[in-house]
Amino acid sequence: MSATLRMAPDGFVAPSSSDFFFRPIFGSSIYFTKPVILVALSVILISVFFIASARKAAIVPSKLQFAGEGIYSFVRHSLGEEVIGPEFMRFVPFLFTLFTFVLCNNIFGVIPFLQFPTMSHIGFPIALAIFTYVVYHFVGIQRHGLGKYIKDICFMPGVPKYIYIILTPVEFATYFIIRPATLSLRLFANMFAGHLLLLVFTMGGEYLLMNTILMKVLSIFSFGFAVGLSFFELGIECLQAYIFTLLTALYIAGALADEH
Amino acid sequence: MSTNLWILAVDEVGPSPVIPKPAEIVVGLIAFSILFYLLRTRAVPKFEEAYRERTNAIQGGLERAEKAQREAEVTLKTYQAQLADARGEASKMREDARSEGAQIIEQMRATAQEEALRISAAARASIEAERQQAINSLLNEVGTIATTLASKIVGEALDDQARQSRVVERFLSDLEGSK
Repeated sequence: MSATLRMAPDGFVAPSSSDFFFRPIFGSSIYFTKPVILVALSVILISVFFIASARKAAIVPSKLQFAGEGIYSFVRHSLGEEVIGPEFMRFVPFLFTLFTFVLCNNIFGVIPFLQFPTMSHIGFPIALAIFTYVVYHFVGIQRHGLGKYIKDICFMPGVPKYIYIILTPVEFATYFIIRPATLSLRLFANMFAGHLLLLVFTMGGEYLLMNTILMKVLSIFSFGFAVGLSFFELGIECLQAYIFTLLTALYIAGALADEH
Repeated sequence: MSTNLWILAVDEVGPSPVIPKPAEIVVGLIAFSILFYLLRTRAVPKFEEAYRERTNAIQGGLERAEKAQREAEVTLKTYQAQLADARGEASKMREDARSEGAQIIEQMRATAQEEALRISAAARASIEAERQQAINSLLNEVGTIATTLASKIVGEALDDQARQSRVVERFLSDLEGSK
């Protein structure tokens, strides 16, 4: 039935999650799909850009250095220093990598020809959430010791004893399950939904264009929407990169704090 | 029937997007690690270095400027003090010169007056001497003339020197007495 629907010459097939899965580029290797290639590309682009812009480290920066420093100092100050506090410098490289990596891979969603946000494949946000998870727990254990860290999470000080019946499971779940899950799901879902929305309008426009004259005219609106939404998506892509990094910084700050 | 349709629908929409592919997690972990290593070793230290240098440059510049200003103020004070000293000294010198000049003029005037007095005194003395001399010679002349005149008038030769002298003396004392 699905096959007949897809084959139908005059029926519109709405985009689905199957549009997010690509055939391997070389043979059947699972490591050579479009998202994997895009991730590799992002690593090259980000590292080349920032290493080139930081190379001279001049007091009076060139345009390139100015651009690189702008992004770096944004992460350093508004995500590191202001959120984490005096110990922020330890975490700046991690936050910086996280922000640039997510941002670059998200923006791939609106770059012509690439046009795919890598983070709409949940595997990548999960990988990043694993790093965040490991880092903030490591920092907390390092600061308070394993026992005290777990105890502080499970038994929040200054709360009546009987509240622990509810609070302890909630707090434990928050720190060990909900945080990494929401972190990766939020990023994934935003990118997935955004890309799906763009697909609806571009594929719809394409479908209309293949039809009668009236439909061809209407396709303009569909493509117009797709273009407008692309800019909207660009905003969301930047915002999600910021949110992911900000939450990571907040979790680290929470683990460093004396009381949770 | 409905279950059947649901399965068909699931088939149609493709694999679930929420099930991660292990390969992608692995790729994500590796890619992030590589990027983290590169940025941490090559980019972040350089950016920090640039920050430090810029901070130093700005702070150093400000400190240098402050130091220069302080030095300038000190120098200005020194110059002002020196200028005030010089002014005081100059006015003192003028004062000295004025008083000295007055003293010199006073001295000169005194000397000149003294000289004038001396000259006039000398003149007076010489005039007196000349007058005396003139009187003396005049007296002799008058004596001779008077004797000659008397002898002529009396007609008597008064060749006796003693008498002649007596007569003259008497005549002169008369003359003096009449004066």
